[in-house]
Amino acid sequence: MSEIIKVGMADLKTCVSPNGVTTLGLGSCVGIAVRDPVTKVGGLAHIMLPDSKAIRNSHLNVAKFADTGIVELVNQMEKLGAKRNRMVAKIAGGATMFSFQGGSTAMGQVGLRNVEATKAKLKELKIPILAEDTGANYGRTVIFYPETGEFHIRAVGKPEAII
Amino acid sequence: MGDLTLEQVTENYYDVLRELGNIGAGNAMTALSQMLQCKVDMKVPQVRLLDFTDVGELMGGEEQIMVGVFLGVEGDITGSMMFMVEEKSARHLIQRITMGMMPEGSEFEEMGLSAMKEVGNIITGAYLNSLSTMTNLKIYPTPPALTVDMAGAILSVPAIQFGILGDKILLIQSQFYDEVELDGYFILIPDMESYAKILTALGIPLI
Repeated sequence: MSEIIKVGMADLKTCVSPNGVTTLGLGSCVGIAVRDPVTKVGGLAHIMLPDSKAIRNSHLNVAKFADTGIVELVNQMEKLGAKRNRMVAKIAGGATMFSFQGGSTAMGQVGLRNVEATKAKLKELKIPILAEDTGANYGRTVIFYPETGEFHIRAVGKPEAII
Repeated sequence: MGDLTLEQVTENYYDVLRELGNIGAGNAMTALSQMLQCKVDMKVPQVRLLDFTDVGELMGGEEQIMVGVFLGVEGDITGSMMFMVEEKSARHLIQRITMGMMPEGSEFEEMGLSAMKEVGNIITGAYLNSLSTMTNLKIYPTPPALTVDMAGAILSVPAIQFGILGDKILLIQSQFYDEVELDGYFILIPDMESYAKILTALGIPLI
């Protein structure tokens, strides 16, 4: 029996095939699915903010940030036997939910900045991005299966996509 | 103020929000009943400080379809605020406002969405007025933006801003009744400096 493990907001989880990982209702956050195709070890991080270094008290939850969250995910996957040099990633989310978002707080482009920070970190770790479904203005629910590497994406009023 | 976390701010700020919840929801109820031209009742609003992971659950799951109205706040304090209501409640409201021209089963058309924006405006306006009266601060809303989407996705917007301070989100849950129950959620997101202004204006000493 396979199990789908739920990842919350500012959270990350690993899994081994045939299990999968899911996160519901990604908005401006980014979901980063990573997999080692040989060991079929996978994981999913649901990050909220681009950069832990820009924030005070950032040590509280590494899963909250793109930079620290991706590193933690990779570390946890390595503990399960995954190899860094085989890892590949797929990413989704980073939407701008409201045409006006954030006003004076300069948070308006946070979805975009989350995607950029995610890509930069994955590049630094030399983990290639095989596919992405990012940006636009709607929320996404994602399910990742490390067995096949399929990344299922559901959005309101749209057919399910597999990337 | 520089090194305060939301948890520290919260001790005092929690009471402020509870007061705001009561007065604001009362004003919102009055405004709503004028708009709908019927009597609207409400339950005592609940102020909730929740972990990010629990917020979706409160609203019936992260995938619960909701209407979110988002506005900026300007004036003596800056930040943003959000009003969220379940899709079903929103449809009911729209049906009432448009006097049945938008039947409850139909899709959200432009007119329905603009009616919903107006409801969001009225309710958030009622809260803002209450806050302004309590604090004697000048507070103005910017024009609202609206979306219909999954609760989790809509919540990511305020959650990210609370995420800068900590791992929790602070919201006021209010329930209104006319013929059916309307579950609404009001989230005020002051910028960091504005927390201090609100507390100072209320004569609450900063820690």
